[in-house]
Amino acid sequence: MIEVKGVCFAYPTGVEALKEVSLEIRDGDFVAIMGSNGAGKTTLVKHFNGLLKPASGEVFVDGVSTRSVSTASLAREVGFVFQNPDHQLFCETVEEEVAYALKNFGFEEGIVKSRVTWALNLLGLTQYRQTSPFMLSGGERKRLALASVLAWDPQVVVLDEPTIGQDYEQKEKLRQFIVQLNAQGKTVVVVTHDVEFVADCGPRIVLMAEGKIVADGDAKEILTNKELTFKASIVPPQMTQIFVGLADFGLPTDVINVHEARRILLGFLKEEEKP
Amino acid sequence: MPIIEAKNLTYTYPGGTEPAIKNVSLTIEKGDFVILTGPSGCGKTTLCRCFNGLIPHFYAGRLEGELSVARLNVIERPIYEMARHVGLVFQNPENQLFALSVEKDVAFGLENLGLPRDQIRERVDWALQMTGIEELRERAPHELSGGQQQRVAIACVLAMQPEVMVLDEPTSFLDPLGAQKIFEVVSELNRKLGVTVILVEHRLDLASKHANHVIIMNERTIVLDDEPQEVFDSESARLIGVGIPKATKLWVMLRQNGVRLGRAPVNPEEAVQLLRGVLQRDRS
Repeated sequence: MIEVKGVCFAYPTGVEALKEVSLEIRDGDFVAIMGSNGAGKTTLVKHFNGLLKPASGEVFVDGVSTRSVSTASLAREVGFVFQNPDHQLFCETVEEEVAYALKNFGFEEGIVKSRVTWALNLLGLTQYRQTSPFMLSGGERKRLALASVLAWDPQVVVLDEPTIGQDYEQKEKLRQFIVQLNAQGKTVVVVTHDVEFVADCGPRIVLMAEGKIVADGDAKEILTNKELTFKASIVPPQMTQIFVGLADFGLPTDVINVHEARRILLGFLKEEEKP
Repeated sequence: MPIIEAKNLTYTYPGGTEPAIKNVSLTIEKGDFVILTGPSGCGKTTLCRCFNGLIPHFYAGRLEGELSVARLNVIERPIYEMARHVGLVFQNPENQLFALSVEKDVAFGLENLGLPRDQIRERVDWALQMTGIEELRERAPHELSGGQQQRVAIACVLAMQPEVMVLDEPTSFLDPLGAQKIFEVVSELNRKLGVTVILVEHRLDLASKHANHVIIMNERTIVLDDEPQEVFDSESARLIGVGIPKATKLWVMLRQNGVRLGRAPVNPEEAVQLLRGVLQRDRS
């Protein structure tokens, strides 16, 4: 679906943000891009919809080079939800905000209406239909940005730090939502620092440091690798920390979420602790 | 000795029909490290704005009840006086930074205090060092990453050495190690200098080990106010949907399976210790 081949990119300030990055994301993948501040995560995903074009190398979306098509037409395919929703929202009402891109893409009025209703309902924003986006809380604005993108039904959804500013329940809903989107066949790319969020989702992880991809594998393999997590400024999930501390009792150390932790401990603890 | 005392604080924003906080009463002791959490829209940010007088003096609106911070009656004292005692770090650093260099931004508040030049220099150096941004000294804040900007905002407040520091989700833009570092910096100020800290945070997994006091708000008022262990292990915290630390959650889940391991931990280190005890006993 997305193919990144030997991409280099530098900002006008001279900062080399990407150094020969190659990556392949298949249709229906669920990928978390993780790494420290300034590792190049956002720069990389901005190449997926042509917001940035590589200085050298090539990015293909569905087989087409991003150099040869406009960002507007790529956006139909790759929906982008920015880290800061204020960089994305500008309409007078929540409803208009969601309708805006749909109208631009030339959807019929009837479809625009039903898609707006559907997307607002999905993200729990129906009661704000007539509200100004700027009256919403940070978490709500973030969900509005996501609703506007989902409304035009792109095949790839890129979310830059979706959990920032979200409280626990919203985060949990968002997690279920993202997992569901992916299960329905959407390609989902999440840029995130939120280790516990990733541990609960269990996607493929692409780990970046200093403009390069330093690891690419499943969540378990990467989050339990001490050297890798340190390199990428990640604190291992709490369950990993606990099980590493119990290694000498013969317990597994590659545990990342609380559900497997419970299962393992239930099998391991002696009968007297049980009812 | 209490440093913050609120009695029946109720506040309505100008033009608002319903109060943003209702009947909030609390006592925060000098030297406390408080985590203030709760669902979005529960009134946390509004309460923080009261601590340094932004409410009612800047936001206007209607404030009822009593509030004393650092022995001052917030309702009567002007913001500039409160600002010497209470430092506020906002959710979004872009709202706070404006100078052309990091150094100048950090020095700004100190210049306003009228401190001598070499003392300003010393405090700026110290604050930059504490937040790990010495190498950004000459850079323009608006050209920095979100995480770096937040560290600058924290440095600005740190430099003022306030008695109370209020941080409203200060690590939202930081990577986990960056966030942990900020919590450690704040914790060190709390322990060494006795600065009272009020930290609004959803990421309890990382923050909770530093706190001795947790306050949970829901629907515009305080619903839980106790030691971390009591709060995180309580039924009501779960009902409100607060993201209790995963280590605590593991205990709660095991308990649902009938496994009782006693007092629940609030961080992984404690969990390891407790589990080692149980496993060792099982072995022998």
